[in-house]
Amino acid sequence: MSGTGTPAIEVDGVTVRYGDVLALDGATLRLDAGTVCGLVGMNGSGKSTLFKAVMGMVPVTSGTVRVDGGTPARARRRGSVGYVPQTEAVDWAFPVSVRDVVAMGRYGHLGITRRPRPADRAAVEHALDRVELTDLADRQIGQLSGGQRKRAFVARGIAQDAHVLLLDEPFAGVDKRSEATIVRLLRELAADGRTVLVSSHDLHALPRLADEAVLLLRRVLFHGTVAEALEPANLARTFGLDVEAAPLDGPGGEAA
Amino acid sequence: MTLVDLILEPWTYDFMVRAFLTTTLAAVVAALLSCWLVLIGWSLMGDAVSHAVLPGVVIAYVLGVPFALGALVFGGLAVVLIGAVRDTGRVKEDAAIGIVFTTLFALGLVLVSVTPSQTDLSHIIFGNVLGVSTAELVQVAVLAVVGAAVLLVKRRDLVLFAFDPTHAHAIGLSTRRLSALLLGVLALTAVVTLQVVGVILVVAMLIIPGATASLLTRRFGRMLVLAPIISALCSITGIYLSYWLDAASGGMVVLVQGAVFAVVLLAGPRSALLRGRARTQVRARVSR
Repeated sequence: MSGTGTPAIEVDGVTVRYGDVLALDGATLRLDAGTVCGLVGMNGSGKSTLFKAVMGMVPVTSGTVRVDGGTPARARRRGSVGYVPQTEAVDWAFPVSVRDVVAMGRYGHLGITRRPRPADRAAVEHALDRVELTDLADRQIGQLSGGQRKRAFVARGIAQDAHVLLLDEPFAGVDKRSEATIVRLLRELAADGRTVLVSSHDLHALPRLADEAVLLLRRVLFHGTVAEALEPANLARTFGLDVEAAPLDGPGGEAA
Repeated sequence: MTLVDLILEPWTYDFMVRAFLTTTLAAVVAALLSCWLVLIGWSLMGDAVSHAVLPGVVIAYVLGVPFALGALVFGGLAVVLIGAVRDTGRVKEDAAIGIVFTTLFALGLVLVSVTPSQTDLSHIIFGNVLGVSTAELVQVAVLAVVGAAVLLVKRRDLVLFAFDPTHAHAIGLSTRRLSALLLGVLALTAVVTLQVVGVILVVAMLIIPGATASLLTRRFGRMLVLAPIISALCSITGIYLSYWLDAASGGMVVLVQGAVFAVVLLAGPRSALLRGRARTQVRARVSR
């Protein structure tokens, strides 16, 4: 794990443009190792772009991104960043098994043909066990329930031994029981010293899940405790004019 | 004449032996590649690159260099031009692909029409597997082996690229390089396959086998076995039919491929007829 004092993720004044569209506007964020952070914002608030910036997938117009004290490119080479894609981004009919998906976490550690060695197979089995999918490991990935699918991708990050896990809307289409399992799993990973950044426009899981929350609207509006983040005034700024409707209509109503 | 005679007779002719060998090699490498193309959703890209190689092949013929070289240059050129047209943001990607590959194909047709040659260059367009020379067979064999070897050595990376390019990037793989590798193999495979079915129908060999195999299994590893076997059997059957019926060999090969796909789609293990039941099962599982 990263040394004490070095933030796991350090985003400093990052601006990202897609053509004329300003996706991030001077976003600044510092996350310590071993924390779970909820990243809250509307659609189009820059959550995905922030993830891409941390993975070094988008050119940054200005500002810097550091992961474990190094550049995103170094973090990629070291396999430090694990990514759990949102449901819509995955072809669930793709002919790979759950175990195949988890094994993809090891590719960065492997030789030219990515043929797994015994140690890699052991890491894959350990990761499957950790997310309680050992019994379903030979299923085609699309044959799992929504929550099991998410756990399979978290297992990929565990097999990868990623220090930083980025999860894009992990609770969309996931039932309550699976959600509780995922929350417990992410808490355990943070207790191991990993840093977990969870994007969500859905607020009700935050209090149990996250140590801290970030409110994003192209820049970081707020970064602090979950309870403070969920205060109406803060949510109002985050969700813009939909302030009255967003917290009350959504499942986050009780929490807010 | 008995059935056995019917089956064995073609093998008494050297040109038929060469035709069977060329067809099998092309069918296998194209089928391997097709497994990735159908999963990534690159059917239109396969169509584009396989047509766009035509001018490259004609120019290579004129200069007396290997066809593969011209094909790689023009395959790459097509991809670059498609990207450039798309990135102007003025037309959508499918339009960009359609414009670039038809224009390059047209250039190829014009070059064919003005190039004097002893061999009929129209064979490149329609295929002439019954007229393949030993030298051409050797070239096909070399390219097919190179193409298949690259695909099999890099198969895990290519599966990852097809399944989740974001993760591929996140763990330090170059998705740009993997995509270029796949497109390079696509250009090579087009050269191999056009000997059998011609430039126009190459895309059939690059899509149908993978699509058929994907209906039969949920395992990529099994697709990589099934697709080449099915493709080779279909192609050899097509050559037989063209011999017996004295019909166009390229057309026959693709007709058999299409017919087998249709049968698997309608009557295979995961067919439309059975899908109602499967869907109920999935729903039951998800709601659990």
